[in-house]
Amino acid sequence: MLAMSTGGYIALAWIVTFVAIGAYSAWVLRRGRDLSQRVPEEERRWM
Amino acid sequence: MSSIAASAAPKATGSRSTRVLGVLTLVGMAVTALFGLVVSPPDGQLGETIRILYMHVPTVSVAYLAFVITAVGSAMYLWKRSEFWDLLAASSAEIGVLFFALTIFNGMMWGKVTWGVYWRWEPRLVATTVLLLTYIGYLVVRSIPTSPRTRGTVSAVIGLMAVVNIPITHKAVDWWRGLHQSRTIFGTVDPDMQGTQLFTTYLGLITFLLLFAWLLMHRFRVAWLAERAEEVGLEGAIAERRAEGVSGTSQGGATA
Repeated sequence: MLAMSTGGYIALAWIVTFVAIGAYSAWVLRRGRDLSQRVPEEERRWM
Repeated sequence: MSSIAASAAPKATGSRSTRVLGVLTLVGMAVTALFGLVVSPPDGQLGETIRILYMHVPTVSVAYLAFVITAVGSAMYLWKRSEFWDLLAASSAEIGVLFFALTIFNGMMWGKVTWGVYWRWEPRLVATTVLLLTYIGYLVVRSIPTSPRTRGTVSAVIGLMAVVNIPITHKAVDWWRGLHQSRTIFGTVDPDMQGTQLFTTYLGLITFLLLFAWLLMHRFRVAWLAERAEEVGLEGAIAERRAEGVSGTSQGGATA
């Protein structure tokens, strides 16, 4: 198995954090867009 | 024209407040990355691994906050029986699980560099695992098909019981001797941390709190829309069955 440098572990920690949050955010936004099309307008009034 | 545009319902879960929060979060993320990876010098004791803590500390802080909001939402649901509190608790728990899983991952990266292994079954890590599994269980229970009231009640009880694990996890480094370093935030490392390192830590913390607020607003609205969509689907199915019944009766009447 390839040994990784300290910089590699640091990079992995940051990349995984940002990618996971980005992917989850994208999923939430897409699901919100999809559901909005199935719900009447009066139920979609945000503050 | 403008009044029509202003009164139009949003096409998704965004609003002016989420857009402002979103922009602030993106800017905060970029500045945190700049300071965390480039500007901040290595720590005297931790060396370069302090850069992992710039992610580890904000993610765990947000996860704890999310779980506390779940507990508050659960208690309020049991008291008020309001859908708002149930959905808020559930939305917050889901985000908390994501951030807590990331906390563990970042901790494993730090552990590999510092201890030479990704994982050790020491008190803090055991307590952390139990906490994560408890909230995964909370989400699993919520996914079981049942009435909204039963789902809300059962998950609220779990949400209240689970939050007891947070102080146990947080204090595990003080109560039992393990490998994990002492508490970083609201703990004992802060006095040694100063200048750019302290600034970067709190910058990351504020940025992730903004991110949490943005995510929670969107996730709550998704949960709200999902409930409404289910109601619309149910009403449609009932109307369809009624129409079938009416047409069946009229056909039966014609043949009789």
